[in-house]
Amino acid sequence: MLGWELPPHNSGGLGVACYHMSKALALQGASIDFVVPYTAQHPDTEFMTIHAATKLGPLERYGLMGAYDSKYLRQLGLDEINGGDLYDMRGVQKRYVEYVEEMVKDKTPDAIHAHDWLTMEAGMRAKELTGSPLIVHVHATEFDRSGEKYGNPIVHEIEYQGLMMADRIIAVSNITKSIIMQKYAIPADKIDVMYNAVDIASLGTYEYDHRTYKYLESLKDEGYTVVATITRFTIQKGLTHFIRAAARASEKHDRLVFLLAGDGEQRDELIRLGAELGIADKLFFTGFVRGKQWRDAYNVADIFVMSSVSEPFGLTALEAAHHNSALIVTRQSGVGEILGNIFRYDFWDTDVLADQIVGIATSPALQQNLKENVKHEYARISWHDVANQCMQLYRRVREGVIA
Amino acid sequence: MSKRGIVLYLHVHQPLRVRKYSIFDTAEHHDYFDESDTNSDRNNERVLRKVADKSYRPMNALLEKLLSKHPDFKVSFSITGTFIEQAEKWAPDVLESFKRLVATGRVDIVSETYYHSLAFFYSRSEFEHQVDIHRQKIKELFGIEPSVFRNTELSYNDELAKWAEGYGFKGIMAEGWDPVLEWRSPNHMYRPAGTKNISLMLKNYRLSDDVAFRFSNRAWSAWPLTADTYNEWANTSIADSSLINLFMDYETFGEHQWADTGIFNFFEDFVSRWLSNPDNTFYTTSEAVAAHQPVGEISMPHTVTWADTERDLTAWLGNNMQQEALRHLYDLEEPILRSGDLALIADWRRLQTSDHVYYMCTKWFTDGDVHAYFSPYESPYDAFLYFMNALRYVRYRLMEYHRHGGLHG
Repeated sequence: MLGWELPPHNSGGLGVACYHMSKALALQGASIDFVVPYTAQHPDTEFMTIHAATKLGPLERYGLMGAYDSKYLRQLGLDEINGGDLYDMRGVQKRYVEYVEEMVKDKTPDAIHAHDWLTMEAGMRAKELTGSPLIVHVHATEFDRSGEKYGNPIVHEIEYQGLMMADRIIAVSNITKSIIMQKYAIPADKIDVMYNAVDIASLGTYEYDHRTYKYLESLKDEGYTVVATITRFTIQKGLTHFIRAAARASEKHDRLVFLLAGDGEQRDELIRLGAELGIADKLFFTGFVRGKQWRDAYNVADIFVMSSVSEPFGLTALEAAHHNSALIVTRQSGVGEILGNIFRYDFWDTDVLADQIVGIATSPALQQNLKENVKHEYARISWHDVANQCMQLYRRVREGVIA
Repeated sequence: MSKRGIVLYLHVHQPLRVRKYSIFDTAEHHDYFDESDTNSDRNNERVLRKVADKSYRPMNALLEKLLSKHPDFKVSFSITGTFIEQAEKWAPDVLESFKRLVATGRVDIVSETYYHSLAFFYSRSEFEHQVDIHRQKIKELFGIEPSVFRNTELSYNDELAKWAEGYGFKGIMAEGWDPVLEWRSPNHMYRPAGTKNISLMLKNYRLSDDVAFRFSNRAWSAWPLTADTYNEWANTSIADSSLINLFMDYETFGEHQWADTGIFNFFEDFVSRWLSNPDNTFYTTSEAVAAHQPVGEISMPHTVTWADTERDLTAWLGNNMQQEALRHLYDLEEPILRSGDLALIADWRRLQTSDHVYYMCTKWFTDGDVHAYFSPYESPYDAFLYFMNALRYVRYRLMEYHRHGGLHG
């Protein structure tokens, strides 16, 4: 299993999905060697063997220059990078590939399961050296990450090669499957869709602390509805549309507040836009949230909006549903494919989103039905089923039933 | 001793579906029933034209043919006001063909609420009013006065029967539901509990649903159903009784069961086979009531409908969105009627059509996807949203009205 992060060192959903999937696979008898590009402790991972490909710390896994931004990634092939150069992600990836090359010399895997473009080169190399089948698991493509723009050419190139070389591809939704088909010309029958699940047990039971968002709670007491989004503030997340919809909804219903939990490159732009539209007092920017602030943000929300322009899956929507929020999700978000008890809209259609927000805010019955009914749905999706599907895929690809 | 016969009763209905009507349309655009997307199933004109081609025209032609060929063939309809209004606009020939059928004297029209509403459960006076205007419309179009009553979705209880008796109806229709019937057969005329002068006709749901629901189901052991087989079943069913009440949606023919399933040929053949036995006949609803004495009394204190496995109103009133929508709607009754604004009153009544709340039913996720097929909305939540926005506009118009009314003294 080739991954880039595992909890608690994850920056997003990729690490969470890799963790739960591996755990569920191990329960079905899979023996897993999981490679990460950094060195750190990972609690509760005794079900698999974790390999550290470098001596870097977890925060340095995108290179020594810091956080990963596809715009600044050097356009270099692996053979153009010197050993020991860990300036950016390309350097780390080179080390990662070298580590995997060494690893497969002693031990030929039954299957190579590589997650996203980050590990695709290592996956291809391992396949080349061992002849083992390569399964490429796509949680997001460069097209998703770059929003409505074109992404980094070297990333597109690696994704294209990885998808071509893969024996099988796993996509996390039909939306992702169709991007892989349309943008990379991969035939449909090479791709399986496996949705992410939400591990309810790991979310645990804890006491919601009303004091965390005390001001919002007192607004709620006055009849306000809290509309939240919890995400990275990047163009992919469609937040300018969300703020425009917030302004439209506020024209029709004044007891609305909007909680924007998270941080990112778009933050200042969003604050400016809110002020321009005259709703600055209705927008609450929390900055980056973790732990209690993060969980309580879900709890204080009455409505959770996933406004993404392109979202391969969108695990946070399931987390929000678990915390008793009514969901509004763009049609461009994969998670909407498995949920019926939600509102959906096109990411650009701010009037529809505003209408849905006002509708929920003004009808207790609508709000209650959405909150309660979606719970029955996500509870049916389990990692056990995903792992089951995945084990069958490993078996079939080894037996050559599918190629 | 009367001949044994089939009462074939077909329910003709189209609602006025609310378009994708947003909060930003409320108080701006007074066109909540006019979906502009011509490819949408919310577009009432599109649906009516489509169903007219697939169902109303071919089926009425077939019924006309059967009536001229078989002197003993009879049929009964209930035709809602919301259907008639739409047919007048977009398929006047269909309405003409219904008139020709009724003119044969062997076709009966059954009474119901003009707006296909659940008003009986909310407001007795509003309910009666809708029965009255339906009556007027039927008289005006077809020149007849119904003597048998059916309530929306065949919803029925003892209270309703007492009301219908008081109103002067001779017969009333309900589902022949086993938990109510116990050992008794639906193939007799009954007397509703607590009444003297009205007869109760019960739907034989097995034989009705064989045609209405199962006919094209390839997973059904009896598929493909032939006229011979069905005729045998009917003859067996009626062996020691007098009536078979086949009640179903008219749109079974051609719309729920498409022409290519063979439904029209099947039906034509069945009528011939049934009537080839000289002991067999057909009755209209009012003839059946006149020809058959009740054999016993039936009580249904709780409401029974012809819908779903539960045979209750949960598809319409099962969740609190549906209850909230209707509560808000019926709360307007007094001020709406007081406004005297006929267009406003008509719009308020059009929103009472039971289909609107049916589209808000959330149980289909556990109940299979039968309901989903019949909804023109993406989800029950969308249906609720658009309905409530339309209702808001009705409220807004009402407020405008009463403000002006106040100003003018």
